[in-house]
Amino acid sequence: MSEEVRFDDAYVPSEDVVAREIEGEIVIIPLVSDIGDIEDELYTLNETGRAVWGKLDGARPLRRVAAELAEEFEAPIEDIERDVLGLVRELVSRRMVVKKD
Amino acid sequence: MSPPRTGYVRRVRRDEAPLWPGARPLLTWLDLELTERCNCDCVHCSVNRPAGDPEAKRSELATAEVERLLEAAAGLGCLSVRLTGGEPLLREDFADIYLFARKLGLRTMIFTNAALVTPALAELFARVPPLESLEVSVYGLERGTHEAVTRTPGSFAAARRGLALLAERRVPFYIKGALLPGNAVEREPFERWARGVSGQARPAWVRFLDLRSRRDDDGKNALIRGLRAAPEDVRRDTAALPAADRAELLGFIAAHGGPAGDRLFTCLSTGGKGAVDAYGTFQYCLLLRHPETVFDLKKGTLRTAVTDHLPAVRAMKARDPEYLGRCGRCFLKAFCLQCPAKSWAEHGTLDTPVEYLCAVAHAQAVGLGVLAEGEKAWTVEDWKARIDRPAGAGGGDRQPVRECSQ
Repeated sequence: MSEEVRFDDAYVPSEDVVAREIEGEIVIIPLVSDIGDIEDELYTLNETGRAVWGKLDGARPLRRVAAELAEEFEAPIEDIERDVLGLVRELVSRRMVVKKD
Repeated sequence: MSPPRTGYVRRVRRDEAPLWPGARPLLTWLDLELTERCNCDCVHCSVNRPAGDPEAKRSELATAEVERLLEAAAGLGCLSVRLTGGEPLLREDFADIYLFARKLGLRTMIFTNAALVTPALAELFARVPPLESLEVSVYGLERGTHEAVTRTPGSFAAARRGLALLAERRVPFYIKGALLPGNAVEREPFERWARGVSGQARPAWVRFLDLRSRRDDDGKNALIRGLRAAPEDVRRDTAALPAADRAELLGFIAAHGGPAGDRLFTCLSTGGKGAVDAYGTFQYCLLLRHPETVFDLKKGTLRTAVTDHLPAVRAMKARDPEYLGRCGRCFLKAFCLQCPAKSWAEHGTLDTPVEYLCAVAHAQAVGLGVLAEGEKAWTVEDWKARIDRPAGAGGGDRQPVRECSQ
């Protein structure tokens, strides 16, 4: 069963992955053997993903992450919230971020 | 912020189309020699210094320096590092360095003799996989054969213990060896054993042994020369290869044959790569320590080494008339192991032909039917016709006979 992602929770990159910025791209590299095909796979984030990833510090709940991005990008908060939720759901399902207790 | 609303995360295979559109990482692979010291004293080794050598140990990069170097490499886009030596596991901080590399996301290849693999280390490799098979040097099926090469009592049992620890934890490893007069008789059973323990098709054999890369020991060089495979044996073995292996070699020659002229650096395996020795000197490859080709990382950054120094080295031209008249005109240039590193080790120059390598390349070519007995490849006018890819030949991407550890 997939984990529920809520706006009141804060998320942080999992210790099972490494994220590196290379030539402006965020590259996520699995560190342990049960994420994807560790032998051959890397993951990159799209523009939306990059913007959100940088704010997943475990301190800011997703609601605040969305609010900050809406201000930075001068975009409707509803659109931003949808993106944040979509991205974090995808990252959680891939075990690349975890909820901060 | 502009959507897409889905597909926020893109999965990319490492060997796939560029991660970085319009740009290439400055460095994709780093060879890192953690120490020249080794717990063995192999008869054929071109690097090793005694395990307890105080001067070597004192001069090695400190843990923090190695970590800064790995960080710098990762910052340049590097995705893989090879930790080698000497015996890298001799370093007391090996586990820390390994884990640091892996936490940077670097795939980590380790060259080792396995004798120093502990349960804790095997456990670490199982928990945080290196993502590359460990490459383990083994020299014989029996204690006597193995230790005649390592000249280190107890090294056979220690290596077998290490291999067992890796196997118990399902840490992938690959067996390689040096085919020497003393162990050649074991070749077939050794290959069966290697297949059994590692699953690999066959071990990587080295026969065309390198001389000391520090040019520091004439006596050892004389010993190494005496252990090298004789060209006549190489010709015979090549002629007797199975059809698929012959096709592979012929495919390689077809794909990469042709004279190199005055180009000095023609190695097919060094694009995007760099090497750093145990003391913080950047090198084109780990064998090449000619002073005109190295860069002191205590005086400049890894980025400068990669962006300024390396291209200048690659642009160097051959000047030696004999080299230009032979190697420069030889259609087997890519097939032959002659390179600046080998020239350095043999002659202290970058562009002097290495007679032994020339002889074994010719012996292989005769064995394959590409050259006639006594014919010199640089005199062949119709070389294009000679290397027309035979039916069924391989694609030529592998370098199955180059035997270059780099």
